[in-house]
Amino acid sequence: MKRLFSNFLSQKALLGALVAFYALVAPSIAMADDLDTGDTAWMIVATLLVLLMTIPGLSLFYAGMVRSKNVLSVMMQCFAITCLMSVIWVVYGYSLAFDATGMVEGTVNFNSIVGGLGNAFMGAITVDSMTGTIPESVFATFQMTFAIITPALIVGAFAERMKFSTMLVFMTLWVTICYLPMVHMVWAGPGGLLWDWGIIDFAGGTVVHINAGIAGLVACIMLGKRKGYPTTPMPPHNLTYTIIGASLLWVGWFGFNAGSAVASNGTAGMAMLVTQIATATAALSWMFVEWMKHGKPSVLGIASGAVAGLVAITPASGSVGPQGALLIGVAAGAGCFFAATMLKRAMGYDDSLDVFGVHAVGGIIGAILTGVFTAPYWGGSGAEDFVIGGQVWIQIKSVLFTVIYTGVLTAIILKVLDVVMGLRVSEEDEIEGLDIISHDERGYNF
Amino acid sequence: MKLVTAIIKPFKLDDAREALSEVGVQGMTVTETKGFGRQKGHTELYRGAEYVVDFLPKIKLEVAVADDKVDEVVSAITKAASTGKIGDGKIFVTDLGQVVRIRTGETGDDAL
Repeated sequence: MKRLFSNFLSQKALLGALVAFYALVAPSIAMADDLDTGDTAWMIVATLLVLLMTIPGLSLFYAGMVRSKNVLSVMMQCFAITCLMSVIWVVYGYSLAFDATGMVEGTVNFNSIVGGLGNAFMGAITVDSMTGTIPESVFATFQMTFAIITPALIVGAFAERMKFSTMLVFMTLWVTICYLPMVHMVWAGPGGLLWDWGIIDFAGGTVVHINAGIAGLVACIMLGKRKGYPTTPMPPHNLTYTIIGASLLWVGWFGFNAGSAVASNGTAGMAMLVTQIATATAALSWMFVEWMKHGKPSVLGIASGAVAGLVAITPASGSVGPQGALLIGVAAGAGCFFAATMLKRAMGYDDSLDVFGVHAVGGIIGAILTGVFTAPYWGGSGAEDFVIGGQVWIQIKSVLFTVIYTGVLTAIILKVLDVVMGLRVSEEDEIEGLDIISHDERGYNF
Repeated sequence: MKLVTAIIKPFKLDDAREALSEVGVQGMTVTETKGFGRQKGHTELYRGAEYVVDFLPKIKLEVAVADDKVDEVVSAITKAASTGKIGDGKIFVTDLGQVVRIRTGETGDDAL
């Protein structure tokens, strides 16, 4: 994703010194020469779009699917995670994710896994520091919104039963141990573990979706089923929220994918186009498969299919063309439908809002198919000598790595928290509903 | 005096109200309610999870009438609320011990 950024990093110290010197002698001409106003303007907008995905997009998407007694708890979790991750990102998150100190291309060392604390409290970010052609402040805020939505996605897996206090501690540990190293390994530049393997993950198939989806699966298994699942009906309480939330996710996702070009250029334009194509195709794919299997096309189905398409095109959006996007859409809609309906019931876990079924499965489908459709034959932007088999193997290896890395570490974090503070609210509280129990409020006072 | 309690399909409420006005009924109480009889419920499907919904939305209509009006009222409701399909509902007629109009203190038939 950020080749520009990494190239820049090597010159960063020198440039930083220069810029600081200019700032001292001539504040009025302190702006870095390589700043591109078009890129900067687009990245500021893209950052807002990605923030819109979590609040209110994901928040509404999830809130509509839970029972009315838990509507506020889900919205509160998304909102609190937004605030918490922003602070963590400033204190050490940005540094652990993107500090390139100690990274050596082709060498695996500690800094291939995680960055240093050289930029803790964003000490190195000034008005003049740059990332490629945009201010570093914009780049850091853009990436902050990714660090917000990824843990927020997990909320759907343990919805309606997790203790709020434990959730905050879990998210702090999870983002530190699972998310920040994944960002570093994939995006921080040459010397990063998965970067050096040659992974293509433009906007976060492994980093964001497989990461969150697997964490969700582990969390819902370790917390256990909601009381009464699956015999008691737990229908979504307001699918109008859910379709509005899915629509906001869709709009915001253009910031996520096209913004990952970190420029206002052709790659961003193509990312926008393929995102629209894959999303629409996956929504139809889910709708028609459901129509055939269950007799009727449902609102929850078409909305879920759209999200599945958005997830699957995420890793591919910087390198596939329109034909590849169509096929990724078809595969994601049908694949996630089977995961969220049949696989879940066959395996018996209670992934309340299908974080695994949509994000992990959609992410894996997208990550692997990226290795196929990046090929020039399929209209992708791969080089002449692009080898599908080789790239697919790299993608599969990266997926397996992500699944094992985040799966094992998430399980350990939850095990510790279970012993130390307990994961679930009491059975009685769960029946009463989290809104009253955790927050002393009700979503609806008619 | 009798209390006529009718459980009917929600979309038949306007027809029933009109029919009752035509036979001279001047007041009634309506409640949104739920229940089931021979119609049973229906199924809902969310991402493959199937729920059987036993209780269907119905309207409960209550009218207090003088003894000599009962047959007329019951047949008006029956005619207005009927679709001929399963799930049209039921009418219960019960004896009414006393009726008081709160504003004037009138009792019995005068209060209807």
